[in-house]
Amino acid sequence: MWKEHLVAKLKQHLGKGGVTPEHAHYLAQIRLGKLAVWATQLTLLIALILFWEVGANMRLIDPFITSQPSSIYHTFLRMAKDSSIFLHTGITVLETTLSFIIGTIAGSLIAVFLWWSDFFSRVLDPYIVILNSTPKIALGPLFIVFLGDGMKSIITMALTISIIVTIVMVYTGFREVDPNKIKLIRTFGANKLQILQKVVLPASVPTMMAALKVNVGMSFVGVIVGEFLVARAGLGYLIVYGQQVFQLHLAMTSVVVLIITAAVLYQLVACLENRFLRWKE
Amino acid sequence: MAFIPKVQIEKVNIKYQTLDGETNALEDISLSIREGEFVSIVGPSGCGKSTLLSLISGLLKPTSGQVLIDGKPPQGSSQKLGYMLQQDYLFEWRTVYKNIMLGLEIQGKNKHSVKNKVHNLLKQYGLWSFRHYYPHQLSGGMRQRVALIRTLAVDPEILLLDEPFAALDYQTRLTLEDEVATILKRANKTVILVTHDISEAVAMSDRVIVISKRPGRVKADFKIEYAAGRLAPFETRKAPEFRNYFNCIWKELDIHVEGTPSG
Ligand SMILES: Nc1ncnc2c1ncn2[C@@H]1O[C@H](COP(=O)(O)OP(=O)(O)O)[C@@H](O)[C@H]1O
Ligand SMILES: [Mg+2]
Repeated sequence: MWKEHLVAKLKQHLGKGGVTPEHAHYLAQIRLGKLAVWATQLTLLIALILFWEVGANMRLIDPFITSQPSSIYHTFLRMAKDSSIFLHTGITVLETTLSFIIGTIAGSLIAVFLWWSDFFSRVLDPYIVILNSTPKIALGPLFIVFLGDGMKSIITMALTISIIVTIVMVYTGFREVDPNKIKLIRTFGANKLQILQKVVLPASVPTMMAALKVNVGMSFVGVIVGEFLVARAGLGYLIVYGQQVFQLHLAMTSVVVLIITAAVLYQLVACLENRFLRWKE
Repeated sequence: MAFIPKVQIEKVNIKYQTLDGETNALEDISLSIREGEFVSIVGPSGCGKSTLLSLISGLLKPTSGQVLIDGKPPQGSSQKLGYMLQQDYLFEWRTVYKNIMLGLEIQGKNKHSVKNKVHNLLKQYGLWSFRHYYPHQLSGGMRQRVALIRTLAVDPEILLLDEPFAALDYQTRLTLEDEVATILKRANKTVILVTHDISEAVAMSDRVIVISKRPGRVKADFKIEYAAGRLAPFETRKAPEFRNYFNCIWKELDIHVEGTPSG
């Protein structure tokens, strides 16, 4: 009796906002589907954590090598108490943000320059192609020689990765703008600056947003690799340090924090995208 | 005072150059169009109709010959001209209202007085309540109206319309033809309309020019007159002269696929 009541209650809740019973049913169906996906995702995560924890306790896996959730949790608490984890995370986020912002702005400006000058874009094309396909990480040791083993090298490392990606993606976006839209605005007598402002830039906003999303990830990779090589602070440094002194709890905790930080940064950029692409709704 | 045509085209040739070779698009075109005249251009597809409009607009320079607007070569992009391209090319990131303001923004004319005029146009074409919509929320007919208002907003003296009704369904087309012809006539605009629909050309215009297959030349030039005087397109379709003009132009066009009699 109470069970039927509960199901009815749930159905009513899921179908909220329906303008007719059929519409409510349709809405409930869609929301139920979403709920199922979400619930499964959560279950999967919990199962993974449980398996890890129980498996480690039962020595199915060796917690000395793989650590285990409870240890990670305690390590995190300890590091939160003396704020060290926030300090390291803060440094990594700072480095990532800096290289992300500089890479995005400089890369976009260079893309504008390439769009503006057909001649130079053709001259520079092979250089960009080669730079784009070079694994920039290989340049890391050189940066240390050029710039010393500090934050400068780390940011430069991340910047080389993010700037090239930005140039390539944004410039390609510019090139793909419908030439008829440009013709249209020229019928009103638009000059080149106006074509850039009124057509090319706004039409490329979706590509630029996609570039931003790729860019956060790229900057992050650059920063972490940089920290592996030279740092005395940051999440990358913690991971390497934990590995070197065989404190896998520390390394794992840092990896978990790293994953969460990456997700947050990505979501921030995705929010930005939603704000700019409201006309697509 | 000597009579100066609004638009004068003198012995114009246009060749498109590409790496593969050249296309002779227009050959030895001479035309003169009076102020306030409504001229339609018909011809088989690929004969250079769009090219002719681009030429008049000044976006395209002739290979030889010259174009005069009010007796003078057009300087850069003339603000006297409004050019409506073959598709609406509305900017999907701008609302209807912002799309319409585009030309005014470019020409630095988005002053207060102009806004009133735009508001009137929006009301006149039944788009007022849609002004905050985005293009993807509009029907084909509405999009075309927006494109038309965007062109009219800058208050051009000469309008170049490239198959503006081609993509619309029959009913919408007839309605829009009526609206547009009436409004433009009342405002005494000079209009050059490209169409592949003979009945549309005969119904709307004072004059119909037939262009031959490529390379495009002026093949025939009909003056359209009705005994009952200038009527709205919907009425002219019923006038006794209509069928006669239609048949003459049909013969001149001398093609088998384009333009089925529909009026
Ligand atoms: N930018 C261009 N480059 C080369 N050829 C072109 C170009 N634009 C048009 N043409 C050619 O010129 C001819 C006339 O084109 P167009 O004026 O668009 O014809 P219509 O509008 O009458 O269909 C066509 O054969 C077309 O292929
Ligand atoms: Mg055409």
